[in-house]
Amino acid sequence: MASASASARPATHATPASTEPTGTQAKHAQPATTAPADRRDPERGAGRGGRAAGLTRWLWALPPVAVLALVFLYPLYLVVEQSFSPDEGGTSLAPYREVFASEAFREALWTTVWIAVCATIGCLVLGFVLALIIAFVPFPGGKAVAKFIDVFLSFPSFLITLALLFIYGTVGMANGVYTDVTGAASGPFDFLNTPWGVLLAEITYFTPFVMRPLLAAFSGIETAQLEVASSLGARPARIVRQVILPEALPALAAGGSLVLVMCLNEFGIVLFTGAKGVTTLPMLVYSEAILESDYPAACVVAVVNIAISVGLFGLYRALVARTGRGGEGALLKGARRAGA
Amino acid sequence: MLVHSRTGRWTAWIVFFALFLPLFALPLLVIVAASFATHWSGAFPSGPTTEHYGAAVRGESLEALTTSLVTALTASVLALAVGTWAALAASALGRRAKRLLDALFMLPVAVPSVVVGLAVLVAFSQPPMLLNGTRWIVILAHGVLVTAFAYQSVSAALARLDPAYEQAAASLGARPWLVLWRVKLPLLLPSLNAAAGLCFALSMGELSATMMLYPPDWMPLPVRVFTATDRGALFTGSAVAVVLMGSTLLVLLAVSRIRTRASYR
Repeated sequence: MASASASARPATHATPASTEPTGTQAKHAQPATTAPADRRDPERGAGRGGRAAGLTRWLWALPPVAVLALVFLYPLYLVVEQSFSPDEGGTSLAPYREVFASEAFREALWTTVWIAVCATIGCLVLGFVLALIIAFVPFPGGKAVAKFIDVFLSFPSFLITLALLFIYGTVGMANGVYTDVTGAASGPFDFLNTPWGVLLAEITYFTPFVMRPLLAAFSGIETAQLEVASSLGARPARIVRQVILPEALPALAAGGSLVLVMCLNEFGIVLFTGAKGVTTLPMLVYSEAILESDYPAACVVAVVNIAISVGLFGLYRALVARTGRGGEGALLKGARRAGA
Repeated sequence: MLVHSRTGRWTAWIVFFALFLPLFALPLLVIVAASFATHWSGAFPSGPTTEHYGAAVRGESLEALTTSLVTALTASVLALAVGTWAALAASALGRRAKRLLDALFMLPVAVPSVVVGLAVLVAFSQPPMLLNGTRWIVILAHGVLVTAFAYQSVSAALARLDPAYEQAAASLGARPWLVLWRVKLPLLLPSLNAAAGLCFALSMGELSATMMLYPPDWMPLPVRVFTATDRGALFTGSAVAVVLMGSTLLVLLAVSRIRTRASYR
């Protein structure tokens, strides 16, 4: 804090024109406390406080950015750099050519993308149906279900795969029930080591990530609107299509793109599946780096994975920024209702 | 109320539970059931035992539990410090600068955790920053991964904060750091608390980056679950997983209790 006040001092001197009472002068120099006008239009505030005040604000932002640069941005840069440096030395596109030419990479890319897309669609459909019932066909215990979803979100993803081993594994529950009922020697469920097992686990784990923003958006819909629609003769399917769906679209878009990014990046579920047949991009990064010790190749795959995910995440941020205010409004409305 | 007829409502509820129970409730139940079982060849587990828990809270697994707790705690504290500072600094900047900071600090969410692990491994395996093989490389990676969430929740709370409080304090002559310490931070306490819980839970369950980085003497619980199940010790793995879920929940519960007390104050 000592350095903070020291850096604030020159800025205070730089604003002698200020006629405000003592104590507020330093306010302009301090990023932590901004005047109301500053809050709405910081550019103007900075102009009033002088250039030095703006500079101090930047100085304040510097330490955390420096930390981030050291522990995250610089390492990321090193990954990109290494992806252009083959083991033989020098800088070339050779690692890229090598990786892009390999069958394993192309298959991993395809597997990653189709599993992620299918899982996202699955999560959206399932999440929409479940959230719809919780919000508009309320039942006792609905609150508990919403709580349970919050708890579910705080658990790691690989637990789902572990559980699926007991449920659909070769000697698991589903096959056990089947053999008990039919007397057959083995059950029909044998998909855990295939991409379908990964798909099921991802849909299970990521659906709550869609349900949460949807429930927030649904709480912003006036029930009176639905009553009016239904009293005018609209059937539930039509109300969903024409009243609820338009309201839910921003939440669906935001939740869907978030889930898509998380599915593309998912590692735990694939690792626990332990299937040689299912290799996704993150899995390929892991096996190239840790098992094969081929760092340039791992870095190439990592760069491709980053490009896809960051591109999609940028899209997600843009969607949220465009619709964020509505979403937040809905959240606040929901909170107010709960408080009343 | 969307569906008015009684049969319609019941159909909706049946559909809901037919989807919800097997997909979301069953997996967690199954793990708990398996952690008490010695055999599972058939519809239900058999041979109830608490032996796996004995193994799960002794030796290697106990070490993994303390490793995870220490890692999660340290990483959360670091992430909260950096994230809160960054959010406070960003809220004072112009709109375009704030957006840049938002993008920078949210970037770790978009980058796959495995790649974060790889990047940290590449960067900290050589002097002058040789952390590879120590516990700090794991803690560092966890910190990187959860900072985004700390930043995001504090940032959102700052946007909702009523500026009247700090203006009142400042107009009464409070120095900026006093305003920050006595007015702003207490007002932010509930969201700091929520962020702490979120960071802790995420760090407890982190597997991807950890798999790239962990040294043999610093193995967190998720990795322990993986090594156990990879060896075929599914039931021990389940017991360790239940310990993981339980400790996460306990800490979250404690944090939320502090939160309610903080918001009453």
